[in-house]
Amino acid sequence: MCGAKKGGVSTEGLDLTDEAVVQGVVTRDGEPVANAYVRLLDGGGEFTAEVPTSATGQFRFFAAPGTWTLRTLAPKAEPVDRTVVAARGEVAEVEVLIG
Amino acid sequence: MSTENRERVLVDADWVEAHLGDPKVVLVEVDEDTAAYDKNHIKGAVRLDWKKDLQDPVRRDFVSKEQFEALLSAKGISNDDTVVLYGGNNNWFASYAYWYFKLYGHGDARLLDGGRKKWELDSRELVEPIDERPATTYTAKDQDRSIRAFRDEVEAAIGQKNLVDVRSPDEYSGKLLAPAHLPQEQSQRPGHIPTAANIPWSQAANDDGTFKSDDELTALYAGKGVDLDKDTIAYCRIGERSAHTWFVLHELLGQPNVKNYDGSWTEWGSLVGVPIAIGEQP
Repeated sequence: MCGAKKGGVSTEGLDLTDEAVVQGVVTRDGEPVANAYVRLLDGGGEFTAEVPTSATGQFRFFAAPGTWTLRTLAPKAEPVDRTVVAARGEVAEVEVLIG
Repeated sequence: MSTENRERVLVDADWVEAHLGDPKVVLVEVDEDTAAYDKNHIKGAVRLDWKKDLQDPVRRDFVSKEQFEALLSAKGISNDDTVVLYGGNNNWFASYAYWYFKLYGHGDARLLDGGRKKWELDSRELVEPIDERPATTYTAKDQDRSIRAFRDEVEAAIGQKNLVDVRSPDEYSGKLLAPAHLPQEQSQRPGHIPTAANIPWSQAANDDGTFKSDDELTALYAGKGVDLDKDTIAYCRIGERSAHTWFVLHELLGQPNVKNYDGSWTEWGSLVGVPIAIGEQP
Protein backbone atom coordinates (compact mmCIF):
# COMPACT_ATOMS: atom_id res chain seq x y z
CA MET A 1 0.00 0.00 0.00
CA CYS A 2 1.66 3.17 -1.21
CA GLY A 3 2.51 5.62 1.54
CA ALA A 4 1.37 3.34 4.33
CA LYS A 5 3.13 4.12 7.55
CA LYS A 6 4.13 1.61 10.17
CA GLY A 7 1.17 0.66 12.36
CA GLY A 8 -2.31 1.49 11.19
CA VAL A 9 -3.67 2.98 8.03
CA SER A 10 -2.71 6.51 7.02
CA THR A 11 -5.14 9.01 8.53
CA GLU A 12 -4.48 11.56 5.78
CA GLY A 13 -7.69 13.18 4.55
CA LEU A 14 -9.78 12.17 7.58
CA ASP A 15 -11.20 14.73 9.98
CA LEU A 16 -10.43 13.06 13.30
CA THR A 17 -11.49 15.93 15.55
CA ASP A 18 -14.58 14.10 16.77
CA GLU A 19 -13.43 10.55 16.18
CA ALA A 20 -11.89 8.12 18.66
CA VAL A 21 -9.89 5.96 16.30
CA VAL A 22 -8.50 2.53 17.14
CA GLN A 23 -6.31 1.07 14.45
CA GLY A 24 -3.28 -1.09 13.90
CA VAL A 25 -1.73 -4.01 12.13
CA VAL A 26 -1.87 -7.79 12.57
CA THR A 27 1.40 -9.68 12.06
CA ARG A 28 2.66 -13.26 12.24
CA ASP A 29 6.43 -13.79 12.41
CA GLY A 30 6.94 -10.17 11.42
CA GLU A 31 4.77 -10.47 8.30
CA PRO A 32 1.39 -8.72 7.93
CA VAL A 33 -1.64 -11.06 8.06
CA ALA A 34 -4.11 -10.13 5.32
CA ASN A 35 -6.86 -12.65 6.05
CA ALA A 36 -7.48 -11.99 9.72
CA TYR A 37 -10.63 -10.62 11.36
CA VAL A 38 -10.46 -8.05 14.15
CA ARG A 39 -13.46 -7.72 16.49
CA LEU A 40 -14.01 -4.68 18.69
CA LEU A 41 -15.61 -5.61 22.02
CA ASP A 42 -16.89 -3.02 24.49
CA GLY A 43 -16.23 -2.82 28.25
CA GLY A 44 -18.89 -5.48 28.84
CA GLY A 45 -17.33 -7.83 26.30
CA GLU A 46 -20.15 -7.10 23.84
CA PHE A 47 -19.40 -7.15 20.12
CA THR A 48 -19.37 -3.66 18.63
CA ALA A 49 -17.75 -4.06 15.22
CA GLU A 50 -15.56 -6.30 13.14
CA VAL A 51 -13.32 -5.73 10.13
CA PRO A 52 -11.18 -7.96 7.94
CA THR A 53 -7.56 -6.88 7.74
CA SER A 54 -6.33 -5.20 4.57
CA ALA A 55 -3.75 -6.62 2.17
CA THR A 56 -1.13 -5.07 4.47
CA GLY A 57 -2.65 -6.52 7.64
CA GLN A 58 -4.17 -3.24 8.75
CA PHE A 59 -7.48 -2.44 10.43
CA ARG A 60 -9.31 0.62 11.77
CA PHE A 61 -12.31 1.40 13.97
CA PHE A 62 -14.14 4.62 14.73
CA ALA A 63 -14.89 3.88 18.36
CA ALA A 64 -16.20 5.92 21.26
CA PRO A 65 -13.88 7.10 24.06
CA GLY A 66 -13.24 4.31 26.55
CA THR A 67 -11.60 0.96 27.05
CA TRP A 68 -12.06 -1.68 24.37
CA THR A 69 -10.90 -5.21 23.68
CA LEU A 70 -9.63 -6.17 20.24
CA ARG A 71 -10.17 -9.86 19.49
CA THR A 72 -8.27 -11.10 16.47
CA LEU A 73 -9.22 -14.29 14.62
CA ALA A 74 -6.86 -15.70 12.00
CA PRO A 75 -6.58 -19.03 10.18
CA LYS A 76 -4.72 -21.71 12.12
CA ALA A 77 -4.38 -19.54 15.23
CA GLU A 78 -6.07 -19.14 18.59
CA PRO A 79 -7.96 -15.85 19.08
CA VAL A 80 -5.76 -13.06 20.50
CA ASP A 81 -7.24 -10.39 22.82
CA ARG A 82 -5.65 -6.95 23.30
CA THR A 83 -6.97 -4.10 25.46
CA VAL A 84 -6.89 -0.57 24.07
CA VAL A 85 -8.01 2.84 25.32
CA ALA A 86 -9.62 5.20 22.79
CA ALA A 87 -9.89 8.96 23.24
CA ARG A 88 -11.70 11.57 21.17
CA GLY A 89 -9.44 13.32 18.68
CA GLU A 90 -6.75 10.68 19.06
CA VAL A 91 -5.58 7.61 17.19
CA ALA A 92 -4.81 4.57 19.34
CA GLU A 93 -2.33 2.31 17.54
CA VAL A 94 -2.25 -1.41 18.32
CA GLU A 95 0.05 -4.09 16.99
CA VAL A 96 -1.46 -7.56 17.21
CA LEU A 97 0.94 -10.51 17.10
CA ILE A 98 -0.56 -13.84 15.98
CA GLY A 99 1.16 -16.98 17.21
CA MET B 1 -39.24 -28.75 14.09
CA SER B 2 -36.46 -26.26 14.15
CA THR B 3 -33.87 -28.89 13.19
CA GLU B 4 -35.93 -29.21 10.04
CA ASN B 5 -35.88 -25.43 9.69
CA ARG B 6 -32.11 -25.44 9.95
CA GLU B 7 -31.78 -28.09 7.23
CA ARG B 8 -34.07 -26.08 5.00
CA VAL B 9 -32.49 -22.63 5.34
CA LEU B 10 -28.87 -23.15 6.39
CA VAL B 11 -25.97 -25.01 4.78
CA ASP B 12 -22.43 -25.51 5.99
CA ALA B 13 -19.20 -25.19 4.05
CA ASP B 14 -18.93 -28.93 3.41
CA TRP B 15 -22.36 -28.87 1.76
CA VAL B 16 -21.29 -25.97 -0.44
CA GLU B 17 -18.07 -27.70 -1.46
CA ALA B 18 -20.04 -30.83 -2.34
CA HIS B 19 -22.36 -28.76 -4.56
CA LEU B 20 -19.80 -26.53 -6.31
CA GLY B 21 -20.55 -28.03 -9.74
CA ASP B 22 -24.31 -28.33 -9.25
CA PRO B 23 -26.01 -26.20 -11.93
CA LYS B 24 -29.16 -25.82 -9.80
CA VAL B 25 -27.26 -24.39 -6.85
CA VAL B 26 -26.34 -20.73 -7.23
CA LEU B 27 -23.87 -19.21 -4.82
CA VAL B 28 -24.46 -15.48 -4.32
CA GLU B 29 -21.94 -13.29 -2.50
CA VAL B 30 -23.29 -10.11 -0.89
CA ASP B 31 -20.89 -7.85 0.99
CA GLU B 32 -20.90 -4.47 2.58
CA ASP B 33 -17.50 -4.01 0.95
CA THR B 34 -18.61 -4.84 -2.57
CA ALA B 35 -14.96 -5.01 -3.73
CA ALA B 36 -14.38 -8.15 -1.64
CA TYR B 37 -15.86 -10.26 -4.43
CA ASP B 38 -13.41 -8.82 -6.96
CA LYS B 39 -10.49 -9.89 -4.79
CA ASN B 40 -11.77 -13.46 -4.64
CA HIS B 41 -14.91 -15.48 -3.97
CA ILE B 42 -16.16 -19.04 -3.78
CA LYS B 43 -15.84 -20.75 -7.16
CA GLY B 44 -18.83 -20.09 -9.39
CA ALA B 45 -20.40 -17.48 -7.11
CA VAL B 46 -22.15 -14.46 -8.58
CA ARG B 47 -22.24 -11.09 -6.87
CA LEU B 48 -25.13 -8.96 -5.74
CA ASP B 49 -24.36 -5.38 -4.77
CA TRP B 50 -26.68 -4.58 -1.85
CA LYS B 51 -26.65 -0.91 -2.76
CA LYS B 52 -26.49 -0.73 -6.56
CA ASP B 53 -28.53 -3.86 -7.27
CA LEU B 54 -31.02 -3.91 -4.41
CA GLN B 55 -31.73 -0.23 -3.73
CA ASP B 56 -33.64 2.18 -5.94
CA PRO B 57 -31.08 4.69 -7.25
CA VAL B 58 -33.27 7.74 -6.49
CA ARG B 59 -35.89 7.10 -3.80
CA ARG B 60 -35.10 5.35 -0.55
CA ASP B 61 -36.75 2.02 -1.30
CA PHE B 62 -36.09 -1.32 -2.85
CA VAL B 63 -36.02 -2.03 -6.56
CA SER B 64 -39.39 -2.91 -8.04
CA LYS B 65 -40.58 -6.44 -8.75
CA GLU B 66 -39.78 -5.90 -12.44
CA GLN B 67 -36.28 -4.64 -11.65
CA PHE B 68 -35.67 -7.58 -9.34
CA GLU B 69 -36.80 -9.94 -12.09
CA ALA B 70 -34.42 -8.29 -14.56
CA LEU B 71 -31.58 -8.44 -12.03
CA LEU B 72 -31.96 -12.13 -11.24
CA SER B 73 -32.49 -12.99 -14.90
CA ALA B 74 -29.25 -11.22 -15.81
CA LYS B 75 -27.42 -13.02 -12.99
CA GLY B 76 -28.59 -16.37 -14.36
CA ILE B 77 -30.81 -17.29 -11.43
CA SER B 78 -33.95 -19.37 -12.06
CA ASN B 79 -37.06 -19.63 -9.93
CA ASP B 80 -36.34 -23.27 -9.10
CA ASP B 81 -32.65 -22.75 -8.26
CA THR B 82 -31.33 -23.24 -4.75
CA VAL B 83 -29.81 -19.87 -3.91
CA VAL B 84 -27.07 -20.00 -1.28
CA LEU B 85 -26.20 -16.56 0.06
CA TYR B 86 -23.01 -15.73 1.87
CA GLY B 87 -20.88 -12.69 2.59
CA GLY B 88 -18.69 -10.76 4.96
CA ASN B 89 -19.68 -9.05 8.21
CA ASN B 90 -20.93 -12.33 9.64
CA ASN B 91 -23.51 -12.59 6.85
CA TRP B 92 -25.22 -9.26 7.63
CA PHE B 93 -25.76 -8.36 4.01
CA ALA B 94 -26.25 -11.96 2.95
CA SER B 95 -29.06 -12.18 5.54
CA TYR B 96 -30.45 -8.94 4.17
CA ALA B 97 -30.39 -10.40 0.64
CA TYR B 98 -31.96 -13.62 1.94
CA TRP B 99 -34.79 -11.61 3.46
CA TYR B 100 -35.04 -9.65 0.19
CA PHE B 101 -35.27 -12.89 -1.84
CA LYS B 102 -38.07 -14.02 0.48
CA LEU B 103 -39.76 -10.61 0.18
CA TYR B 104 -40.03 -11.25 -3.56
CA GLY B 105 -41.09 -14.84 -3.01
CA HIS B 106 -38.06 -16.93 -3.99
CA GLY B 107 -38.64 -20.56 -3.05
CA ASP B 108 -35.37 -22.17 -2.01
CA ALA B 109 -32.92 -19.73 -0.45
CA ARG B 110 -30.30 -20.65 2.16
CA LEU B 111 -27.48 -19.06 4.05
CA LEU B 112 -23.95 -20.42 4.25
CA ASP B 113 -23.43 -20.71 8.01
CA GLY B 114 -20.53 -18.49 9.06
CA GLY B 115 -20.39 -16.77 5.68
CA ARG B 116 -17.18 -15.64 4.11
CA LYS B 117 -15.34 -15.29 7.40
CA LYS B 118 -15.68 -18.91 8.48
CA TRP B 119 -14.79 -19.99 4.94
CA GLU B 120 -11.60 -17.89 5.10
CA LEU B 121 -10.70 -18.91 8.65
CA ASP B 122 -11.01 -22.55 7.55
CA SER B 123 -8.60 -21.74 4.69
CA ARG B 124 -11.04 -23.02 2.07
CA GLU B 125 -10.54 -22.22 -1.59
CA LEU B 126 -11.38 -18.77 -2.95
CA VAL B 127 -10.83 -17.93 -6.62
CA GLU B 128 -10.53 -14.80 -8.77
CA PRO B 129 -12.13 -15.82 -12.11
CA ILE B 130 -15.76 -14.84 -12.54
CA ASP B 131 -18.00 -17.52 -14.07
CA GLU B 132 -20.86 -16.00 -16.05
CA ARG B 133 -24.14 -17.87 -15.81
CA PRO B 134 -26.43 -17.91 -18.86
CA ALA B 135 -29.33 -15.47 -18.54
CA THR B 136 -32.69 -16.76 -17.36
CA THR B 137 -36.26 -15.47 -17.24
CA TYR B 138 -36.95 -14.97 -13.56
CA THR B 139 -40.46 -14.29 -12.29
CA ALA B 140 -40.82 -12.62 -8.89
CA LYS B 141 -43.92 -12.43 -6.71
CA ASP B 142 -45.40 -9.28 -5.24
CA GLN B 143 -43.65 -8.14 -2.06
CA ASP B 144 -44.59 -10.22 0.98
CA ARG B 145 -45.37 -7.38 3.35
CA SER B 146 -45.87 -9.82 6.20
CA ILE B 147 -42.11 -9.74 6.73
CA ARG B 148 -41.48 -6.00 6.15
CA ALA B 149 -42.41 -3.26 8.62
CA PHE B 150 -42.87 0.45 7.89
CA ARG B 151 -42.57 3.39 10.27
CA ASP B 152 -46.27 3.82 11.13
CA GLU B 153 -46.54 0.20 12.11
CA VAL B 154 -43.40 0.54 14.22
CA GLU B 155 -44.80 3.56 16.04
CA ALA B 156 -48.03 1.66 16.71
CA ALA B 157 -45.98 -1.25 18.05
CA ILE B 158 -44.42 0.76 20.89
CA GLY B 159 -45.48 -0.95 24.11
CA GLN B 160 -47.68 -3.38 22.14
CA LYS B 161 -45.43 -5.72 20.16
CA ASN B 162 -41.88 -6.93 20.69
CA LEU B 163 -39.46 -4.37 19.36
CA VAL B 164 -35.95 -5.74 19.09
CA ASP B 165 -33.06 -3.35 18.56
CA VAL B 166 -30.20 -5.51 17.36
CA ARG B 167 -27.51 -2.82 17.29
CA SER B 168 -24.58 -2.74 19.68
CA PRO B 169 -25.22 -1.43 23.22
CA ASP B 170 -23.39 1.81 22.43
CA GLU B 171 -25.63 2.51 19.44
CA TYR B 172 -28.73 1.59 21.47
CA SER B 173 -27.84 3.91 24.32
CA GLY B 174 -26.98 6.76 21.97
CA LYS B 175 -23.22 6.77 22.47
CA LEU B 176 -22.58 5.82 18.83
CA LEU B 177 -24.62 6.53 15.69
CA ALA B 178 -23.19 3.75 13.51
CA PRO B 179 -21.21 0.54 13.84
CA ALA B 180 -17.70 1.36 14.99
CA HIS B 181 -16.01 0.42 11.73
CA LEU B 182 -17.75 3.36 10.03
CA PRO B 183 -17.12 7.11 10.47
CA GLN B 184 -19.64 8.58 12.90
CA GLU B 185 -20.76 11.40 10.62
CA GLN B 186 -24.53 10.95 10.61
CA SER B 187 -26.49 13.94 11.78
CA GLN B 188 -29.69 12.29 13.01
CA ARG B 189 -30.58 11.83 16.65
CA PRO B 190 -29.03 8.96 18.62
CA GLY B 191 -30.93 6.57 20.86
CA HIS B 192 -33.53 3.85 20.36
CA ILE B 193 -37.27 3.32 19.94
CA PRO B 194 -38.94 3.33 23.38
CA THR B 195 -39.74 -0.14 24.76
CA ALA B 196 -37.32 -1.85 22.35
CA ALA B 197 -35.18 -4.58 23.88
CA ASN B 198 -31.49 -4.39 23.02
CA ILE B 199 -30.45 -7.81 21.81
CA PRO B 200 -27.40 -7.31 19.59
CA TRP B 201 -27.39 -9.53 16.50
CA SER B 202 -23.95 -10.73 17.60
CA GLN B 203 -25.45 -12.55 20.58
CA ALA B 204 -27.12 -14.89 18.09
CA ALA B 205 -23.78 -15.82 16.53
CA ASN B 206 -20.55 -17.45 17.57
CA ASP B 207 -17.20 -15.68 17.10
CA ASP B 208 -16.71 -17.48 13.78
CA GLY B 209 -20.01 -16.12 12.48
CA THR B 210 -22.02 -19.36 12.67
CA PHE B 211 -25.43 -19.26 14.32
CA LYS B 212 -25.81 -20.47 17.88
CA SER B 213 -27.94 -23.55 18.57
CA ASP B 214 -31.73 -23.29 18.65
CA ASP B 215 -31.75 -23.89 22.40
CA GLU B 216 -29.26 -21.07 22.96
CA LEU B 217 -31.23 -18.76 20.66
CA THR B 218 -34.56 -19.46 22.33
CA ALA B 219 -33.00 -18.83 25.74
CA LEU B 220 -31.40 -15.61 24.48
CA TYR B 221 -34.63 -13.93 23.38
CA ALA B 222 -36.74 -15.25 26.24
CA GLY B 223 -34.09 -14.11 28.70
CA LYS B 224 -34.26 -10.57 27.29
CA GLY B 225 -38.01 -10.35 27.72
CA VAL B 226 -39.14 -11.12 24.18
CA ASP B 227 -42.57 -12.75 24.39
CA LEU B 228 -42.45 -15.13 21.45
CA ASP B 229 -46.24 -15.38 21.46
CA LYS B 230 -46.42 -11.76 20.34
CA ASP B 231 -45.59 -10.19 16.99
CA THR B 232 -42.02 -8.96 16.68
CA ILE B 233 -40.35 -6.17 14.72
CA ALA B 234 -36.57 -6.11 14.49
CA TYR B 235 -34.54 -3.07 13.49
CA CYS B 236 -30.95 -1.83 13.41
CA ARG B 237 -29.38 1.08 11.52
CA ILE B 238 -30.21 0.29 7.89
CA GLY B 239 -31.97 -3.07 8.16
CA GLU B 240 -29.14 -5.47 7.43
CA ARG B 241 -28.23 -6.62 10.94
CA SER B 242 -31.93 -6.87 11.78
CA ALA B 243 -32.34 -9.13 8.74
CA HIS B 244 -29.84 -11.40 10.51
CA THR B 245 -32.08 -11.43 13.60
CA TRP B 246 -35.20 -11.79 11.42
CA PHE B 247 -33.52 -14.88 9.96
CA VAL B 248 -32.93 -16.27 13.46
CA LEU B 249 -36.45 -15.64 14.72
CA HIS B 250 -38.47 -16.35 11.59
CA GLU B 251 -36.41 -18.90 9.70
CA LEU B 252 -34.46 -20.81 12.38
CA LEU B 253 -36.85 -20.62 15.33
CA GLY B 254 -39.93 -20.64 13.10
CA GLN B 255 -41.68 -17.67 14.74
CA PRO B 256 -44.59 -16.75 12.47
CA ASN B 257 -45.03 -13.00 12.91
CA VAL B 258 -41.63 -11.39 12.63
CA LYS B 259 -40.93 -8.33 10.48
CA ASN B 260 -37.78 -6.49 9.57
CA TYR B 261 -38.02 -2.68 9.74
CA ASP B 262 -35.59 -1.78 6.96
CA GLY B 263 -36.05 1.96 7.51
CA SER B 264 -34.42 1.30 10.88
CA TRP B 265 -32.49 3.91 12.82
CA THR B 266 -31.47 6.02 9.83
CA GLU B 267 -35.20 6.63 9.29
CA TRP B 268 -36.46 6.67 12.87
CA GLY B 269 -33.63 8.89 14.14
CA SER B 270 -34.46 11.42 11.43
CA LEU B 271 -38.26 11.52 11.80
CA VAL B 272 -39.87 14.62 13.24
CA GLY B 273 -42.04 14.09 16.29
CA VAL B 274 -41.48 10.43 17.08
CA PRO B 275 -40.45 9.32 20.58
CA ILE B 276 -36.83 8.39 21.26
CA ALA B 277 -35.26 6.89 24.37
CA ILE B 278 -31.65 7.54 25.38
CA GLY B 279 -29.57 5.36 27.66
CA GLU B 280 -29.44 1.71 28.53
CA GLN B 281 -33.05 1.26 29.60
CA PRO B 282 -35.83 0.37 27.09
